[in-house]
Amino acid sequence: MSTMTLNAGPAAAVGDSTAEQNLVNTKADIKTVGSPFCDDAKLRMRNVNVFYGETQAIHDVSLDIGRNQVVAMIGPSGCGKSTFLRCLNRMNDTIEGCRVEGELSLDGDPIYGAKVDVVPLRARVGMVFQKPNPFPKSIYDNVAYGPKIHGIASRRAELDEIVENSLRRAGLWNEVKDRLDKPGTGLSGGQQQRLCIARAIAVSPEVILMDEPCSALDPIATARIEELIDELRENYTIAIVTHSMQQAARVSQRTAYFHLGKLVEVNDTETVFTNPEHELTEAYITGRFG
Amino acid sequence: MQTPTLFALLLLLILVAYGTGFSRAIGAARSRGGIRSLASLPSYYGVHTALWCGLPALVILGVWLAFDDAIIRALVLGGVADRPETLSGQNLLYAQIQNLAAGSLVGESTPQLAAAAAHLNSLRQSGQWLQTALILILAVGLGAYALMRVTPELRAREKVEKVLRVILLMCACAAIFTTVGILMSVLFESLRFFQAVPVTEFLFGLHWSPQMAMRADQVGSSGAFGAVPLFTGTLMVSAIAMFVAVPVGLMSAIYLAEYASNRVRAFAKPLIEILAGVPTVVYGFFAALTVAPFIRDLAQSVGLEASSESALAAGLVMGVMIIPFISSLSDDVINAVPQSLRDGALGLGSTKSETVRKVVIPAALPGIVGGVLLAVSRAIGETMIVVMAAGLAANLTANPLESVTTVTVQIVTLLVGDQEFDSPKTLAAFALGLMLFISTLILNFIALHVVKKYREQYD
Repeated sequence: MSTMTLNAGPAAAVGDSTAEQNLVNTKADIKTVGSPFCDDAKLRMRNVNVFYGETQAIHDVSLDIGRNQVVAMIGPSGCGKSTFLRCLNRMNDTIEGCRVEGELSLDGDPIYGAKVDVVPLRARVGMVFQKPNPFPKSIYDNVAYGPKIHGIASRRAELDEIVENSLRRAGLWNEVKDRLDKPGTGLSGGQQQRLCIARAIAVSPEVILMDEPCSALDPIATARIEELIDELRENYTIAIVTHSMQQAARVSQRTAYFHLGKLVEVNDTETVFTNPEHELTEAYITGRFG
Repeated sequence: MQTPTLFALLLLLILVAYGTGFSRAIGAARSRGGIRSLASLPSYYGVHTALWCGLPALVILGVWLAFDDAIIRALVLGGVADRPETLSGQNLLYAQIQNLAAGSLVGESTPQLAAAAAHLNSLRQSGQWLQTALILILAVGLGAYALMRVTPELRAREKVEKVLRVILLMCACAAIFTTVGILMSVLFESLRFFQAVPVTEFLFGLHWSPQMAMRADQVGSSGAFGAVPLFTGTLMVSAIAMFVAVPVGLMSAIYLAEYASNRVRAFAKPLIEILAGVPTVVYGFFAALTVAPFIRDLAQSVGLEASSESALAAGLVMGVMIIPFISSLSDDVINAVPQSLRDGALGLGSTKSETVRKVVIPAALPGIVGGVLLAVSRAIGETMIVVMAAGLAANLTANPLESVTTVTVQIVTLLVGDQEFDSPKTLAAFALGLMLFISTLILNFIALHVVKKYREQYD
């Protein structure tokens, strides 16, 4: 496990506003500090660069996501954390003019490359989005959609079982078991998001990517999703982008701090929030910008 | 003063009223400490004054112009001692008087006519004076009254907006009243038709031959008004058209919305919409001169009997005409499906085509159905192509290679040329029009309902 050296950075007196502004806007070499790599990596990313046309959104990011681990990605708006997350199941392919460089692999299988079929990849790496996006179908069909297109269930009974299990794991079964044929769009926001999680786990992925899954939800619904993330960790590897540092602290084992498209610090969540190595991380988590 | 001059003067007065109202409001504000002390913005005071000045005068002017001629005519004819009893006689007499008054009467003139013409001229002149005086007094008087009322307390904005609301309401009503007017005119003529021909014969009769005997001894002219062949013809042509237009239009919409790159889309979409700009007469040429002979030759080469005017030719070309209609509407609806649904489907490992087939199209389906129903009403109402390519023979047939005729074509042929308006032959056109109106109305109603339901889902 390599440890990178602490970046000197501009010597900013804390509280000095212009110096702080310099710190925030720094484009100087940010080298990742902390421990971005781990031994039992599910996802390995090395020297990832992402471009939108001419603009570079991600600069030379290397990171491992360990098996059955929850890794939180935090950072100010526009720092590239969502872009980075979307590289992991190639959702960026849908954006015209987006180009991804670097080595990314899932259990040793490359994610990018001419020979890689994106369909099975996305079945292995599921995704939950910021806004709940259930299909305008029944609750049952929403969950059964993935198993159907991947031919996972051959008989109706099997499909029923998958739907029930997925809804149970997402903690939604008791609320919807009597109205599986009602439209998924009729549920409340929190229920819709749990439906989307159920839909994602119905295809038995290995990794689940979550892009600010709670930002559209109220605190109670958020708490339920957070509990759920903790339970899901037993079976899945999870990467979550969040704006809430409390959420990152509550649900993750490791935290990665992004700043202006660069990965600044990766450490155990506890270390990041109690004893951050990099001054940018410290400035962010103590709320001096962001 | 002539009416156009008066009208121009009135417009000028309105402008002046606006300007003075505006500056008076500013003046009033200045003594009170700025525009904020006014109940409304100065421009509202201007509009308020202008409305008082112009609106009543314009309304009176309109009413005057509407009844002017009728009143003068009654007065002139009332002054003539031995006027004829019949309406046509009176019309003739009045026309003579008018010509004499204008100095262009050919033929002899009697002292009585000359007196009436002089009467007409004097009435017109005094009417003109009266009109000018009334309008100007009204405009200036009410304008001045409104100007006096410009005080910081006057809630000009509320009053102006109330008037605007009424004007908007009247514009909306214009469309509704036109529809009602059209319906009424068609309805009353249809009722006259149904007095001559029973409704059941019209709706269920299988034979259409609307030739009425004009003289008792005329041969070969039985009137048969069974509209079933027309409706089956309409249905067949429309069905062929939709059979062409729906798949092609829908698939081109899917291509444009989901697969085409921005560059292709920017280039292809206007090209497809050019099709919508081709006049239907031109489509008619194309159908009659190119497609119909081609279909006939093709059918004969495989040993089928084909007429040179066929339902197939008209339907195919009509389908092509409707393609841009469907593709443009569906394209909008498909684009309105939120990107998050596509992301959700792709994120589960759907292929592009699975995403389109299983998520995007089902989500857009209500809107697409609405668009298709609107297109069906267009196909049913389309006339020109069918006149030129499908023929006039009212055959009751299910063979698309035969010539058929449609409701709209029959309406055209029934009303073209010299017609008497008391024969069932002519009146039949109105009954057909009524049926057409009702069926497209129902279709549009369903279409709008479906589209509305779709909107509720995503807003």
